[in-house]
Amino acid sequence: MVSLSLICGICGLLLAFVKSATRERIALQLLQNVQGPAVGRVLPGSDNDLLKDRKEVKLPDTTLLVFVGKKGAEVWSVAFESFAPGYGGPVGVVTGFDLSNDTLTGIGITSCTETPGLGLRVREPAFCDRFRGRGLADSLCISKDGGVIDAVSGATISSRAVCTAVRQNIKRYAAVKTALQGK
Amino acid sequence: MAAMSLRQEFVKGLWKEIPPFRLVLGLCPALAITKTVDNGIGMGAAVIFVLVCSNILISALRNLIPKEVRIACFICVVATFVIIVELTMQAFFYSLYQKLGIFIPLIVVNCIPLGRAEAFASKYGVVYSAADGLGMGIGYAMSLTVLSAVREILGYGTFAGISLFGSDFEPFTFMVEAPGAFVCLGLLLGIMNAVGRRAKA
Repeated sequence: MVSLSLICGICGLLLAFVKSATRERIALQLLQNVQGPAVGRVLPGSDNDLLKDRKEVKLPDTTLLVFVGKKGAEVWSVAFESFAPGYGGPVGVVTGFDLSNDTLTGIGITSCTETPGLGLRVREPAFCDRFRGRGLADSLCISKDGGVIDAVSGATISSRAVCTAVRQNIKRYAAVKTALQGK
Repeated sequence: MAAMSLRQEFVKGLWKEIPPFRLVLGLCPALAITKTVDNGIGMGAAVIFVLVCSNILISALRNLIPKEVRIACFICVVATFVIIVELTMQAFFYSLYQKLGIFIPLIVVNCIPLGRAEAFASKYGVVYSAADGLGMGIGYAMSLTVLSAVREILGYGTFAGISLFGSDFEPFTFMVEAPGAFVCLGLLLGIMNAVGRRAKA
């Protein structure tokens, strides 16, 4: 038993080391391959480098990575990511906001391990587009919960998770906006 | 196994006991990810790394590991190397990582590393175990490459993404669907058996 514990302990140490050595690289890869394309889709028409113009905004409960969309020199939109538990793990949703009229420019699903053919279909534009142009006061729940969003059929839990993440983003939006304009 | 030769232990993984055709283990990734040659080679490389490292470590520790908990120890060692591969691939080959997805962590349970640990590395010395792991790993990588080449050429008309036949080629998409994987594996197994039997006769 001692040797099994010893082996497990050494393996754990080794993995902790590899994990910390690759953390930054993996974050960068995620930024380029997952968050970047999603942000590009939710902030259409921006002419700046969205990945370069990212800021860290400190909120009371967390530090948020905020992507800023510019047209010329003017900042017209922001986007950031929240997570909510879905059916097969956390679902990550990037939500874009138009700063001039406080509406949603769109949402993009970043990380999603839902069931292929069912829950995974929340990634499709058919579902994501239902959030475009919504205002902050809209009841962004699935219709079963009394909201205005039609869930993907057969994927209630996944659709609900997306709505929860979007509402989380909306809750943080006011704080992000003041933080950005305060600078 | 009185007279073991290093060369023999290495070479046996390339034909006589080549996985997954002769040593019928590791079929799950062999069927699932062999749609394109890049996937096949990527998966093969991951398995080579895991096999060589786990064989060496397990062989080095073989006198320390009590018989009663050996499987737990093997799994622990194999899983560690698999996670190292997963993190490294995520950090440096992200597109490959996205394509192979769940099948990288599943190397732990595809039984080639565990099988070699139990059948070979726990009984023989470090150098022989390394040769065994390397041979088996390269054999597996070769098999996946051949399998994925057949499927990609027929199913997409490309080889490693390069178009072979021009636009007149009508892709035989059955080959890149799941049933095509079984048919292709079965045909290759049959061919290998036929060739092997003829060679023996």
